[in-house]
Amino acid sequence: MKYILLMSGTKAGVEGYHAWPKQDIEAHMAVLHRINKDLTESGEFVATQGLTGPGEAKVVRGEKNGVPVTDGIFPESKEFLLGYWIVEVPNAERAYAIAGRISAASLNMPIEVRQFAIH
Amino acid sequence: MADHPYDAPIEHLLRELAPQVLGAVARRFRDFSSAEDAAQEAMIAAFTQWPQEGVPENPRGWLIQVACRRMTDHVRSEIARRERETAVAAETENLASLHEIEADMDPDDTLVLLFMCCHPALTPSSAIALTLRAVGGLTTAEIANAFLVPEATMAQRISRAKQTIKASGAPFRLPSPHERTEHLPAVLHVLYLIFSEGYASSIGSHLQRLDLAREAIRLARNTKTLLPDNAEIAGLLALMLLTDARRAARTGPDEELIPLDKQDRCLWDRGEISEGIELLTAALAKGSVGLYQLQAAIAAVHDEAERAEDTDWPQILALYELLKRVSPSPMVTLNHAIAAAMVQGPAQGLQLLKALDTDPRIASHYRLDAVRAHLLEKIGDYEAAIEHYRVAAARTTSIPERNYLMTQAARLAGD
Amino acid sequence: MKYILMMTGKKSDFEGYARWSKEDLQANVAFMRAFSKELKDSGVFVSTEGLGWPSEAKLVRAGKNGEPITDGVFPESKEFLAGYWIIDVESPEQAYKIAARASQAPGAGGNLANMPIEVRPVLSGHADLGL
Repeated sequence: MKYILLMSGTKAGVEGYHAWPKQDIEAHMAVLHRINKDLTESGEFVATQGLTGPGEAKVVRGEKNGVPVTDGIFPESKEFLLGYWIVEVPNAERAYAIAGRISAASLNMPIEVRQFAIH
Repeated sequence: MADHPYDAPIEHLLRELAPQVLGAVARRFRDFSSAEDAAQEAMIAAFTQWPQEGVPENPRGWLIQVACRRMTDHVRSEIARRERETAVAAETENLASLHEIEADMDPDDTLVLLFMCCHPALTPSSAIALTLRAVGGLTTAEIANAFLVPEATMAQRISRAKQTIKASGAPFRLPSPHERTEHLPAVLHVLYLIFSEGYASSIGSHLQRLDLAREAIRLARNTKTLLPDNAEIAGLLALMLLTDARRAARTGPDEELIPLDKQDRCLWDRGEISEGIELLTAALAKGSVGLYQLQAAIAAVHDEAERAEDTDWPQILALYELLKRVSPSPMVTLNHAIAAAMVQGPAQGLQLLKALDTDPRIASHYRLDAVRAHLLEKIGDYEAAIEHYRVAAARTTSIPERNYLMTQAARLAGD
Repeated sequence: MKYILMMTGKKSDFEGYARWSKEDLQANVAFMRAFSKELKDSGVFVSTEGLGWPSEAKLVRAGKNGEPITDGVFPESKEFLAGYWIIDVESPEQAYKIAARASQAPGAGGNLANMPIEVRPVLSGHADLGL
C-alpha cells in the first residue's frame, strides 16, 4: 500500500528552522539522509521530493480563454507543503512508524500521513 | 542496467556502435526517424541475445541487418496500409546486401547525427534526450532514469523530437562548412548541458544512475575525433575533464557540497587535469579564442593551484574579462565579480554585482544572492550576509545547494 | 525543470465533492484522465496521484520512546492536499499554462470548477557547476 508522508510548515516555522545552529541543521540533514538510505535498503522507498519555499509558489487559475492567471501571495499563517515521502508498506502502522521517525528527526513536527487513492 | 559484470563490455560496445548503425540505416532508407526506432530495436535485441549467445563476429553487421529487417517490415506494413509509388516498393524489395551498406558508410555519419539531434528547432531537453539515444546509443530507460522521468515520458519526448526534425525537412547529409560553423555552438551547448546534468545525487534511485558526466565526456571525445581541427570542441572536452577532475572532492559523505576553496585537492584526478591542460594548450595554439576554451583556461588555473591560497586570481580575472567580451552573459558577469573580489577586494566585487540587479535574467536567481552573501561576509556585514544566504536558500531548486546555503547562514548566525 | 501542481481542498470541499451528481463526477474524472494523457503525449508527465479522503488523514509525531503517536484532528480551515501532478517542463511559464488547463476541470452543476492550482518548483539533487 502506498502512503504519502507530508511535511508542512508556516513561514514563521521555516524562518525558525533557518535560525537553528549550524550543527543542528547539519545533524538534521544527516538524519533525513540516513532515513532515505534506510528506506531504500528496506525497499519501502518510492519517492521523496522537497519543494522550494512559498516565495517561488504561484497559484494559477485558468481564464475562460485558458490564459493562466497567477498570484503569488500567501498569507503569513498559511501552511504550505515543504516536501513529502512516498513509501510502499504492508500496512498503515508501518507508515506511521516511518512518519514518527521523520517527525522525531524534525523537532517532532507533525507529519501528515495519507493513503493514495487507488485508481 | 549492467547487473552482471560481463554485460558491461557489451553495453559499451553497443553504445559505440549505435550511431554507426543508425547512420548506415538512415543513409540507406533516407528516413532518420524510422531508422532511429529500428536501430533502438536492434540494440535492445542485441542486449537480450548477446549475453546468452555471445557477441557475433561482426557485431556492427549484425545490428545493421536486424535494423534493416525492422525497417523493411515497417515500410512493408506502410505499403500495405497505404498505396505507395512502385519505385519505392521496388527499392525496398531490392534490399541491398550488408556488404553494400557497410561500404556506403561514412565516418562522418555520426557527425551528421549530432547536428541533426541538436537541431535549433528542438528544445534543450529534447535535443539532450535525442542526442543521448541516437548518438550516445543509450536506451530510453537509461535516459529516463538519468533524468528521473518515467520511461514512457522519455520515449514520447524523443518521438516528438524526431517528428520536429522530420517536419523541418533536414536532410541526412553533412552540413556545409558554413552551416557547421553556424550550428556547432548548439551542438557544443547540448554536450555541455549533458555534462552539467551529471552532477546530481542519486537519493532513492532504484537503478544505478547513468553517469551523464562520463557520457558527455565520451561524446565530446568522439566529436573531437570527427572535428580534429576545431578548437572549441577541444576546449569543451578540456573543460569537462578539468571540471570532472574535482568530482571526488566536491561532495562529502552526506552528499553535502564542498566549495572549491575547501576541497581536499589530494582527491583531484591528476590524470584528467594533465589531459585537460594538454588539450587546452593545443586548442589555444590554434589562435582563436572561444567560450569553452576560456572557461577551460579558468578551470585550468584553479586545477593548477596546489592549495586554494595559491590560486592565480589575477590570471582568472583577466580570463573573465576576456570572456565578458567574447561571450557576455549574466553568469559570466557574476563569476567575473567573484574574481574581481579576490583581486581587488570584496567591496569591488559587490560594486560589480549591482549591475546585475537590474538584469531580469539574473536579478532573482539564487546565485546572485549567494555570491552577494559571500562577499558581504568578507567585508564583515554579517547581518546582510545571513539575509542573502537565506534568500538564496529559498530560491535555489537544488537540494545540495540549499543545504549548503542554509548551513552558511547558520554558521554566521551562530558566531 | 520539475514542477508540482497541487489541488487542495478543505474538509467541506471534499464533502461537497462527494455530493456531486454522477454526471458531474464522471465529467470530472474524464477530464482528469484526458489531462493526464495530454501530459503524457507531450512528454512532460512525471507522476500524478490522488490522495485519500481527509477523514483518513493522520498526523504523526514521535512519542517519548520513539513510538508514533497518531491524531486525526485537524482545524476546519485546513487545506488538505487532494492530489497533484509532477511535470518536467522547460520554463515556469509552461508550468503555469499547464496548471491553468488543470484548473479548467469541470465542477459541480457543469460549471468550471476554476480551482486554484498551486504551482511549486520541485527541488532536485542537481548541484550547480556554477560555470
